[in-house]
Amino acid sequence: MEIQFDDGIKRARFPLLSWLTSRQAFWVLVAVGLACIFLSFATNSFATSNNIFNVARNFTFVAIIALGMTIVIITGGIDLSVGSVLCLCSMILAVVMHAGYSIEVGIAAALGTALLIGAINGVLIAYLDIPPFVVTLGMLSIARSLAMVASNNTVVFQFGPDHDKLLFLGGGALLFGIANPVIYMLALTLLTGFLLHFTRFGRYVFAIGGNEHAAIVTGVPVRRTKVAVYMISALSAGIAGVIETGWLGAVTTNLGSGMELQVIAAAVIGGANLAGGIGTAFGALIGSALIEVIRNSLGLLGISAFWQGTFVGSFIIIAVAFDRIRNFRSPT
Amino acid sequence: MALLELKNVSKHFGAIHALNDVSLSLEPGQVVGLMGDNGAGKSTLVKIVAGNFRPTHGTMQMEGQDLSMHRPIEARRHGIEIVHQDLALCDNLSAAANVFLGREIRKGVGPFKILDYAAMYRRAGQIFAELRSETRPRDLVRQMSGGQRQAVAIARTRIADAKIVLMDEPTAAISVRQVAEVLNLIRQLRDRGIAIVFISHRMPDVFSIADRLVVLRRGRKVADKAVAASSPEEVTGLITGAIEHVL
Repeated sequence: MEIQFDDGIKRARFPLLSWLTSRQAFWVLVAVGLACIFLSFATNSFATSNNIFNVARNFTFVAIIALGMTIVIITGGIDLSVGSVLCLCSMILAVVMHAGYSIEVGIAAALGTALLIGAINGVLIAYLDIPPFVVTLGMLSIARSLAMVASNNTVVFQFGPDHDKLLFLGGGALLFGIANPVIYMLALTLLTGFLLHFTRFGRYVFAIGGNEHAAIVTGVPVRRTKVAVYMISALSAGIAGVIETGWLGAVTTNLGSGMELQVIAAAVIGGANLAGGIGTAFGALIGSALIEVIRNSLGLLGISAFWQGTFVGSFIIIAVAFDRIRNFRSPT
Repeated sequence: MALLELKNVSKHFGAIHALNDVSLSLEPGQVVGLMGDNGAGKSTLVKIVAGNFRPTHGTMQMEGQDLSMHRPIEARRHGIEIVHQDLALCDNLSAAANVFLGREIRKGVGPFKILDYAAMYRRAGQIFAELRSETRPRDLVRQMSGGQRQAVAIARTRIADAKIVLMDEPTAAISVRQVAEVLNLIRQLRDRGIAIVFISHRMPDVFSIADRLVVLRRGRKVADKAVAASSPEEVTGLITGAIEHVL
C-alpha cells in the first residue's frame, strides 16, 4: 500500500518523466544516444557529417519496413515475407522501367504488386484462419522466386528513360543535404504514428492485438482490418524496395534476403510486443537506428563484422527482458 | 406489447437439440432471471437473441416487427446489447477506449476523421459517474479491479442506448461488495425502461434482482413465472429435474 502511495506521488509530481521512463523506446533512445556519444569520443570518424549521413540513410530501409511490421505485430501477427516482397517490388520496378516505361508506371507497378501480395497474405490469414507465420513463410519463398522469374535471375542496372530520376529519388538529397530516404522515413513515421493514434483503424489494430475476441463481439471489422494491416506491411516493403533500388542503382535477386529478421528485431527492440497489443511508430524508428549504430560502430572500432549478430541478438533479448522485469514490478 | 417475443424457437446442431420449442417474451423495465444447469441451453438462447446463431425453427419479433439476424452487429443495431461473462475487454486500452470500442466518436470533415479523445473521455466519465463507479476513463483496463472492469463493460450498453441488455453471469467472479454494486446498476438500467436478461447460477442474486424467472432444462423451458410466486427450493427442483415443470 505504502509503495503504491509513493508511486502515486511520484507520478503526480513528474508526469512526463514517469511516462517517458515507462516507454521502451525511450530507453532505446538513451542507448542510441550513449552509443553515439561514446563513439564520438572513441573514434574520430563517427561524428563526421559523412558518416552520420551514411548511418541515417542506411537504416531507413529497415525502419520503413519496421513501421509496417510494427502495425502487424500490434495485431498479434507477423510478416516474414517483407524481405522477399522488397526484392520482388524492386525487380518489378526495374524490369518495367528497363522496358522503357516511365518512373510513374514503374512505381505504380511495384507498389501495386506489393498491395496485391499483402492482400493475398491478409485474406489467407483473416478469412481462412491460416496462422500468419505459415502464410508469410510461404510468401517469403513465392515472392523471391517470382523476382527470379521476372528478371530471369539477372542483375538489372539500366532503368530506361527515367534512369536519372530514379537514382535521384533514392540517392539524392532534396532538402538541406538530408538524404531523400531519411525524409521519406520521417514522413512515413509521422504518418504511421498518426494512423495508430488518431484514426479508428489504429484503434482497431490495438484492439485486435489486445483481445481479438472482444474486438469481434464489439463489432470491430476484424477481418477487413487484418487484410489492411498485411497490405500496409507489404506496401512498406514495396516503398523501401523502390527507394533502395534508386539508391543502389541496381537490383539483384538476393536483395533484402534475411531482412525480415532485422526488421522484426528493430520492431521488437523498439518496444513492439510479439504477443500483440503494444508498439509504436517511433519505437520502430529507434529500434532500427540502434541496429545500424551497432553495425556502424563495430566497423569504426575495428571489431570484426562477424560480431554484429551477437550484439543485435543480445539487444533483442535485453529489450524483452527489460520489459519482463518492469512487469514483475507492477503485477496485476 | 412485448419488446422482444420469441415464438417456438429451436436450435439444432446436427443431432443435438440445444434448444427445443422455447417461447419467451421480454417486457420493458423487467428483469428476467434466466437459470438452468450447464448445457441446459442458456447460452444458446442468449446467442440467438444476440444474433450469433439463427434459430433452426421458430420466429423472433422485436416491437411487433419480424427479426432475422445474421450477425451480432445487427442485434446491436436493434438495441440488443450483451455483457459477456469474460466482459470482452482489451487490457491494453483505456477504459474510455473500451467503452467506445467499435463505436468511436470522431471529428473532422468528410473522409478525414480523427478520434475525438476529449469527447470520449468526457462521455465515459459521465457514465462512470452515473454508475457511481470510481473508474477513470484514462486508466488502462489492465490496472483495474473486477468491479471497475464490470463498470466498463456495462458502460458500453449505455453508449448504445440499448433496449435489451443480456448479462451473462455478471456476478460470478466479483466480491460481495461489488455484487451489490452490479445489482444496483441493473436496477438503474431497469428504471430506465430497459429489459434485462440476467443469467446466473447464484440464487440469492436472482431472487434479489429479478422480476420474473425462466428456467431451462435440457433445452426446454420448464418454468416462466413471477419471482414472488416461486422459491429457491422450487427453482433448484426445476433445474435438477426433481420438479418436472411449472408454468
